[in-house]
Amino acid sequence: MIAIIKYNAGNITSVKNAVERLGFECIITDDPIALRSAEKVIFPGVGEASSAMKYLTERKLDEVIRSLNQPVLGICLGLQLLCRHSEEADTDCLGIFDAEVRKFPPNDIVPHMGWDNLLNTSTPLFDGFGTDDNVYFVHSYYAELSSHTIAQCDYILPFSAAMHKNNFFATQFHPEKSAAVGERLLRNFLSM
Amino acid sequence: MLRKRIIPCLDIREGRTVKGIHFVDIRDAGDPVELAKRYVSEGADELVFLDITATVEKRKTLSNLVNRIAREINIPFTVGGGIDSLEDAQSIIKAGADKVSINSSAVKNPQLITDIAREFGSQCVVLAIDTKFENGEWMVYVHGGRIPTPLRTTEWAKTGEQLGAGEILLTSMNNDGTKNGFAIDITRDVSEAVNIPVIASGGAGTMQHFAEVFTQTKAGAALAASIFHFGEIPIPQLKAYLKTQKIPIR
Repeated sequence: MIAIIKYNAGNITSVKNAVERLGFECIITDDPIALRSAEKVIFPGVGEASSAMKYLTERKLDEVIRSLNQPVLGICLGLQLLCRHSEEADTDCLGIFDAEVRKFPPNDIVPHMGWDNLLNTSTPLFDGFGTDDNVYFVHSYYAELSSHTIAQCDYILPFSAAMHKNNFFATQFHPEKSAAVGERLLRNFLSM
Repeated sequence: MLRKRIIPCLDIREGRTVKGIHFVDIRDAGDPVELAKRYVSEGADELVFLDITATVEKRKTLSNLVNRIAREINIPFTVGGGIDSLEDAQSIIKAGADKVSINSSAVKNPQLITDIAREFGSQCVVLAIDTKFENGEWMVYVHGGRIPTPLRTTEWAKTGEQLGAGEILLTSMNNDGTKNGFAIDITRDVSEAVNIPVIASGGAGTMQHFAEVFTQTKAGAALAASIFHFGEIPIPQLKAYLKTQKIPIR
């Protein structure tokens, strides 16, 4: 069973739809026992960092997430919350990835919205990923490059498009909205 | 590099796809979900579903259609038409839409832009503007382009951005249905005045028209309906052509 973490962030149904289209069973839950016993956990999210962290902390889901041992995939806000700290409302995050989340400088259109290409992708998450492949982004904050970066994107400046540490994976883009390329990435994760 | 987006628009009435010529003459052409899936397989970058009669007839866009679309489509999509309140937006977003577009209701109640942006984020709010050039100025029209307003188009776009809109969908009524090309001047004006993405709409008739709007304005996306709908310009051919013109395309 695949578990999707239920919290006060948007876009969760889209992730469930995408997982189900690939033929996997999944539940949306905030039950610590269900989360700890799932084969894989997806931590999605579109929303604001401080209200999301407040919600997670109040329900002790922050501790649950940190303690997970199975493969975990953060998506969009999920990636940012797995970092150390976000400039968005000066929010302390979960600290899995030792990286800071910053707001894009207003040198170009913000949010970074649309399809973009990736550089320096690494396996296993990006198995089968071609250099011409594009994925769908929507975000105004980005995680800085770090030793956990496993894919990079350049928009205004270079940032972490995907990160990995131990059992934790995360993408800034939305695989569930990235057509066939995104489905392959989700399948790579779900097959780990 | 961020890619320019090609967005087919599916006009919906009573759960079926239609296309208005100058917003009046309507032809029926198919099941929205089937058509949407075809567009996705052809390489559409996003989809827009507009319930074109909803505003006029005060009907609400059917959330079960949105739900069905969300289960079958793996690219982002926007739903618009008759979204008059935060509750309407909530039901559409909860049914699985990535964004809602609001038009007449935002002119009537600009606070609605802010309310939806606060609850779901600016990236969920597409401010659709129907514009018409008359007496030397581009003015905002509402109710399917039938009712004039005193709003100047570029000013309204900037106001919308300040209120929390995440994107502008700009349709030129002078160009819509003509197949003579996008309204380059107002699209350039608006796309240079705001710091959010602008989707150019209305008038696409040839592949060159798309190249023009992407090279002569800062529009991040171009939307069309009938030319995709009736197969006049296949999306793969359009995207291949734009790549030869050195335009960044997925």
